[in-house]
Amino acid sequence: MIDVVMPQMGESIVEGTLTKWLKKAGEHVERDEPLFEISTDKVDTEIPSPSAGTLQEILVEEGKTVGINTIVGRIADGQGAPASPVPAAAQPPAPPAPAAPPQPQAASAPAPAPEAAIVEETAGPLSPLVRKMARENNIDLAQVKGTGVGGRITKLDLDNYLTQRSGAAPAAQPPASFAPPAPPPPPVAVQAPVNVPLPPPPAPPAPMSYGASTRIEPMSMMRQKIAEHMVFSKRTSAHVTTVHKVDMTRIAKLREKVKSQFQAQHGFGLTFLPFVLRATITALRQYPVLNASIDGTNIIYHRDINLGVAVALENGLIVPVIRNADEKNVVGLQRAVVDLAARARSRQLRSDEVQAGTFSVTNFGSFGSVFATPVINQPQVGILGVGSVDKEPVVVDDAIAIRSMCYLALTFDHRLIDGALADQFTGKVKSVLQEWAEEVM
Amino acid sequence: MFEVEVAEAAAGWGRSPTCQIRDLGRIGYAEAFELQRTLVEQRKRGEIADQLVFVEHPHVVTMGRNGHAENVLASPEVFERAGIEFHRTDRGGDVTYHGPGQIVGYPIFDLREWKRDVVAYVRGIEQVLIDTLRAFGIEGRRVEGATGVWTDQGKISAIGVHISRWVTSHGFALNVDTDLNYFRYIVPCGLTKPVTSMLVAGSTASRAEVIVELKRSFGRVFNRYMENL
Repeated sequence: MIDVVMPQMGESIVEGTLTKWLKKAGEHVERDEPLFEISTDKVDTEIPSPSAGTLQEILVEEGKTVGINTIVGRIADGQGAPASPVPAAAQPPAPPAPAAPPQPQAASAPAPAPEAAIVEETAGPLSPLVRKMARENNIDLAQVKGTGVGGRITKLDLDNYLTQRSGAAPAAQPPASFAPPAPPPPPVAVQAPVNVPLPPPPAPPAPMSYGASTRIEPMSMMRQKIAEHMVFSKRTSAHVTTVHKVDMTRIAKLREKVKSQFQAQHGFGLTFLPFVLRATITALRQYPVLNASIDGTNIIYHRDINLGVAVALENGLIVPVIRNADEKNVVGLQRAVVDLAARARSRQLRSDEVQAGTFSVTNFGSFGSVFATPVINQPQVGILGVGSVDKEPVVVDDAIAIRSMCYLALTFDHRLIDGALADQFTGKVKSVLQEWAEEVM
Repeated sequence: MFEVEVAEAAAGWGRSPTCQIRDLGRIGYAEAFELQRTLVEQRKRGEIADQLVFVEHPHVVTMGRNGHAENVLASPEVFERAGIEFHRTDRGGDVTYHGPGQIVGYPIFDLREWKRDVVAYVRGIEQVLIDTLRAFGIEGRRVEGATGVWTDQGKISAIGVHISRWVTSHGFALNVDTDLNYFRYIVPCGLTKPVTSMLVAGSTASRAEVIVELKRSFGRVFNRYMENL
């Protein structure tokens, strides 16, 4: 039997009015299906069922106002008493630990509904105080032996349990902010030797307790997807990054010359990015293995060049794809970038516009980064990171000149591509950019 | 440097979350209700950002879940003759009237990304309205136990909210130059207190001017970057 309780809809809220049962006693309810409605101060809230089963009992009638955590009804799950305690639906997911790699947790359970009632399977009813203590201290009540009437768990039991827990394992429940960071991803040395042992699979997230100074916020769907993909990619590919220094002076001059005319003619600005994309396409044609994927022990060469271009969003990032990018000139590539970035921002991309990429480019240079080590967008085998273009003193023919310099960082999958090839590829991108010859853009 | 559009796209890193604004102008209550339902579902799935939808309804009287029939003072026939629609709806609060000259704001807002507190949310909406009114020289205030915004002449803005999985719908109605005679068909929010409008309070601000101020206040109170759609 599962207790359904009056949820707390805010810090200052101590009670709520049950305005409507959306299910009758004896009726079946699915987990997360709206079960009843409550009202607090001109706000009506639907409360989803914490569990699937039959609404066995209604303990609080419509129109009654009760304190939070009051049991308002009971649900029988239809399979008798569960053998194991039902996971506390209200337990928040672990917050992302800063500086630690994201820990996969999405697979274990969907993010619990925030307003899901608190569910605990224990002997006898629990007082609101005990529930609150258990929640705040993240206690699994199944682990606590009740000494009250009928085995009921009392505050004293929890006090004892907490003392025991902190005595037995002082470091077992560190506050989240002091948790030792999980091992950082091994630094990826350029041209790392192949025999680097794989890092152990990330440990399941340790239970954490939260102090009053923390704020818990579930990840957005997009964040969860990004986290999942990043770890998946790191686990899948042998990431190595190689960095080349490129002289962009020629392109800077060309861009300077045509900039205002370009803006007037096309209605959008001309950046360095389409030049880099164009050079990348040329290099991909010459080294098609960078435009490939791995499938088991097969290499899949893609005839089309579909370039992914990373676009940062306010809460995440997305990589829209320029299909058949090799059919476009600089103007066409710039137009595609402007269009995709704008629609990515207003969330109007079609799903096919983020699929089927064969190689990706990311330009962290726009944030001032000189170079970074990007993560491969699976199932691709390479991603080119473009650093900022800055004027620098450079030695040219034994004289010091001012040139517009830029670092290109190629992260490649060492399973398929060796360092020599990666450097030939990046060298090709570099030489196309340095010796830019296309008169017509 | 790649300073143009992609940089712009990315400039949002670390910035306030976006709230997108739509001003749909005159739109029927049922149609707006359906749109809210769609937006709420999309918001729950994380497909869209927070939304703030502005509308103006044709004459309509709506009754919340906790509404009392005795607060509707006219019969269906009278409503029909006066050209007033009647809807029962799922927001909090009692009976209210919407009509021309009133700005209705429907924030579709995920409270998981803002305090997770329904009362703080309602207080926040009140603050948005108070700040907006101040910009037009009107002193609005809260009244203990009577959600909404009040002036010396009476209630100037009503609030009623529905929440499903922490995502809000419905919202507020601000009387700009509403014909207040229509309120005599009901006991607004079940309170026998007068209603008023910005016009009565001495402001001749247009709907568009008030919306600009509402957006600004909303962004400030809820820490959102307000983006016009």
